[in-house]
Amino acid sequence: MSDITKKTLSELVKDIKDKKLSSQEVTKAFIERSEKSKELNAYITEDYSSALDKAKKFDQKPNLNLKLPGIPMAVKDLFCTKNIRTTAGSKILSNFVPTYESTVTQNIWDEGAILLGKLNCDEFAMGSSNETSFFGNVQNPIDKNLVPGGSSGGSASAVAAQLTPITIGTDTGGSIRQPASFTGTVGLKPTYGSCSRYGIVAFASSLDQAGPMAKNVKDCALLQEVISTFDSKDSTSIDFKRNEYSKNLTNNIKGKKIGIPKEYRIDDMPKEIEELWQNGIEYIKDCGAEIIDISLPHTSYALPTYYIVAPAEASSNLARYDGVKYGFRAKGENLIDMYEKTRSEGFGAEVQRRIMIGTYVLSSGYYDAYYLKAQKVRKLIKNDFDEVYKKVDAILTPSTPSSAFKIGEKKDDPVSMYLNDIFTVPVNLAGLPGISIPAGHDAKGYPLGLQIIGKAFDEQNILNIAYAMEEKIAFKNKITDWWIK
Amino acid sequence: MNNNNLKYLISRKDNQYEVVIGLEVHAQVTSQSKLFSTSATKFGAEPNTQVSLVDAAFPGMLPVINEFCVKQAIKTGIGLKAKINKRSVFDRKNYFYADLPQGYQISQFKNPIVGEGKVILDMPDGQKEVGIERLHLEQDAGKSIHDLDPQNTFVDLNRSGVALMEIVSKPDLRSPDEVNIYIKKLRSIMRYLGTCDGNMQEGSLRADVNVSVRLKGSKKFGTRCEIKNVNSIKFMQMAIEYEANRQVDLIEEGKTIDQETRLFDTKKNETRSMRSKEDAHDYRYFPDPDLLPLEVSDDFVQKLKSEIPELPDEKKKRFIEKFNLSPYEATILVSDIETSKYFEDVINNSDTKLATNWIIGELFAVLNDKNLEITKSPISAKNLSKLINLIKDGTISGKIAKTIFELMMDGDKDPQKIVEEKGLKQESDPKAIEEIIVKVIKDNPNKVKEYKSGKDKLFGFFMGQVMKISGGKANPQLVNEILKKNL
Amino acid sequence: MSIDLKTIKHISKLSRISVEEQKAEKLAGDLNSIFDFIEKLNELKTENVEPLTSIAETTLKLRSDEVKSKNIREQIIKNSPQDNEDYFVVPKVIE
Ligand SMILES: [Mg+2]
Ligand SMILES: [Zn+2]
Repeated sequence: MSDITKKTLSELVKDIKDKKLSSQEVTKAFIERSEKSKELNAYITEDYSSALDKAKKFDQKPNLNLKLPGIPMAVKDLFCTKNIRTTAGSKILSNFVPTYESTVTQNIWDEGAILLGKLNCDEFAMGSSNETSFFGNVQNPIDKNLVPGGSSGGSASAVAAQLTPITIGTDTGGSIRQPASFTGTVGLKPTYGSCSRYGIVAFASSLDQAGPMAKNVKDCALLQEVISTFDSKDSTSIDFKRNEYSKNLTNNIKGKKIGIPKEYRIDDMPKEIEELWQNGIEYIKDCGAEIIDISLPHTSYALPTYYIVAPAEASSNLARYDGVKYGFRAKGENLIDMYEKTRSEGFGAEVQRRIMIGTYVLSSGYYDAYYLKAQKVRKLIKNDFDEVYKKVDAILTPSTPSSAFKIGEKKDDPVSMYLNDIFTVPVNLAGLPGISIPAGHDAKGYPLGLQIIGKAFDEQNILNIAYAMEEKIAFKNKITDWWIK
Repeated sequence: MNNNNLKYLISRKDNQYEVVIGLEVHAQVTSQSKLFSTSATKFGAEPNTQVSLVDAAFPGMLPVINEFCVKQAIKTGIGLKAKINKRSVFDRKNYFYADLPQGYQISQFKNPIVGEGKVILDMPDGQKEVGIERLHLEQDAGKSIHDLDPQNTFVDLNRSGVALMEIVSKPDLRSPDEVNIYIKKLRSIMRYLGTCDGNMQEGSLRADVNVSVRLKGSKKFGTRCEIKNVNSIKFMQMAIEYEANRQVDLIEEGKTIDQETRLFDTKKNETRSMRSKEDAHDYRYFPDPDLLPLEVSDDFVQKLKSEIPELPDEKKKRFIEKFNLSPYEATILVSDIETSKYFEDVINNSDTKLATNWIIGELFAVLNDKNLEITKSPISAKNLSKLINLIKDGTISGKIAKTIFELMMDGDKDPQKIVEEKGLKQESDPKAIEEIIVKVIKDNPNKVKEYKSGKDKLFGFFMGQVMKISGGKANPQLVNEILKKNL
Repeated sequence: MSIDLKTIKHISKLSRISVEEQKAEKLAGDLNSIFDFIEKLNELKTENVEPLTSIAETTLKLRSDEVKSKNIREQIIKNSPQDNEDYFVVPKVIE
């Protein structure tokens, strides 16, 4: 096995720029390892031969001024990629080939990266274990039959297993940070409006954000720098001054005030999570930052709020999958019959469940009690953050209430599955940036993550804190390559 | 149809019913591109050739609003003397239909861009004010074609996403005639503003018609039915007549009226229920999370206000005051922006009174007869004003002017040239006229005797003889004067 | 809060997803447990709270009225399950 796939993105970029490695060598290495890793089921669609072609082209005329020169990478199958099938993990889009490119992926290719393929994910990004994908569940490289988290499960698994040096995911309620935490990788959910949503299959428009997933904070910063652009094609894209996050990355966080929210200390939190958090606090202190106890009083209402807002938006966003313009169509006697059969056969159980919840909370007589109420509580949650950010620069919490669980373990209990996102969801509701970094292991040796939540548009700050902590934590992922025979 | 209905009432035995009508007019915004996408809006294009990825609701496609459409809506609001809302919100109206690619229509539900306003109707018996409830922006749907294939429906998305203004009136209308005048007035205002071309054949103006009836004198509204998407004034009037009578019949039979959506069948001339009640739509409106609230500044609105042209009501007032027109004449001449332009072009260089009569009389008769818009008038404003000047300065008589007018229609001929070519110039030399008169008197001694003995009526005979001999060219006023002197 | 089979039928109709009888029972159970969890929001008094309309801290940007999308009928129709080169084709609509 080559050492190439062990390298970080930053190392690969340096090697290519120094001409120590060619794009073809790097691309081949990741393809080879991906080929040997089919058991992980991380890919939905592979595009290896054209990746090799592109690498060859790159090497013939290398532009070494680019930020991702000739770097191969796979992306979550929620990003529309021109002429490459894009499924969103759903049967209903299983034959869909976009004629257009998402802004985020376009930004990546514009910086010289090369597409390896499309990575598995929960159907329409609805899930926390990658078990709702029409293309089957994904294995966590940490251990056999362990979920990688979700919905960016294929992405997290692929980075952890070194099938791609970096990747991008999307995060609606924790879909980047939770799988990052479950696989011992780094995942950033940027501020809402930082990365364009153009060309990303929508789940819940007011919550969805694309973000980088990587082996370390530096790679994450570099990729964020590439994908975050103002885009006039997305009305919710925000025109603010974006940093050169990787260049400005520093481990000097002296004097920063870090908040510890008491409401995140939930009932029955496993001891190892409590310890992990405590260790994180110590590391922060070691770095010369100040710890401040804070309160986010509406935290416990975040998840119920999320399970109204996200399904409501989803029920409407997914109405376009009706068998008329693209995608799967079932035979029907008449138009309505066709609709009902198409959507019943084309969507999986979890997606149907959420469409039903969303339809219900918006329906006549229930709108005020559910949807409007949730939007009011969402305001209160946002106000909580606004209030504490008068006193602190960032907030430190665990990423998840537990480590990765076994495949099938929570499949039949939607509510216990939803509880996975208890620490990540408030961040989406408030539109803030949050990063998960690996910070330790549980008794079984499964990785655990810590989350740093920032002020809006303050990605640089949380990347710096994560960078400083990463150095102190010196996390080592325990991966045995068990799936490679 | 009752043409001069000061009171439109439906009578049954001892009861008289009043009809209450409210309209939801869908007016297509005049714009190059669609409300939330950059595809074209031209009428009559090949199917599905003006459809972008956004219009066809491809995954990941997002709406971006067209500033011009926002301006058009605000301008229309100003034209309706309405309140402009500085903050409005786009909502999704969710329902499934083959020609609704997103599975929802982006519309404005709770917070429209324009609030309450009014429209003044010029009725035969005076003016009537119709309240405007609101105006909001929304997307048009595509088109489903059911009659090209026995098993299937074909879908054309060219219209999908085109900007519409939905203008909702208060239930202030009371007769099919008022509806006619209301639609025409609304159309006129929007054409003055350039915000909607008002072309009903092309579907640029359609209306949902809400109809209810109540006993004359009653203050309570009856249960209303909504007749969907009627696309001509005539059909609106027919639908109202049918629907009002249907409702009256139900009441007379002691039955109740179901609040429902109905369809007007233009072939059978009747309305019928579109959906049963239990299948009633639940649109699940909620703010579109792909769009932020639309906020417009005072400056933005002020700037648009400064761009508003003189509108029909103001123009009418000016025509009456400045040109001494009757309200009737002024109403007709301002009803359409092109007509008013034509009128003003003509009177720029000629007599106002004559111009008014010639336009409302001769020209309108020709346009009506040939079914032409005034912009396609066979006689240009320039040449009509020349003709009027020829009458005014006595070059031709009014009678000859009519002959010349006929000739002008052939390729918008210059009346001056016709006069010269055909020698139609009026004879205004008193000597020449007197010569004819002397001859006529000499040739008709008996008639002269009769006239002198008191048979005044014979004056006309002498006039006629003189005109005949002069080939119609003698200046009638002069003939009159000289004849009186000589007789 | 209880979502019964009648409600399931209603929302299944609104969302155009047919639900077989035997699945409806299980779905009702799932939805009820989710709604039990959601009911927690009722603890909060929110009469005087303004609902959030958008999380993006910006105002709506307006684009100019230009036609940029050209005729891409082929692209638009390419992915459709049924078409006749000019139109999307769907089973007959019955009103
Ligand atoms: Mg209507
Ligand atoms: Zn409408």
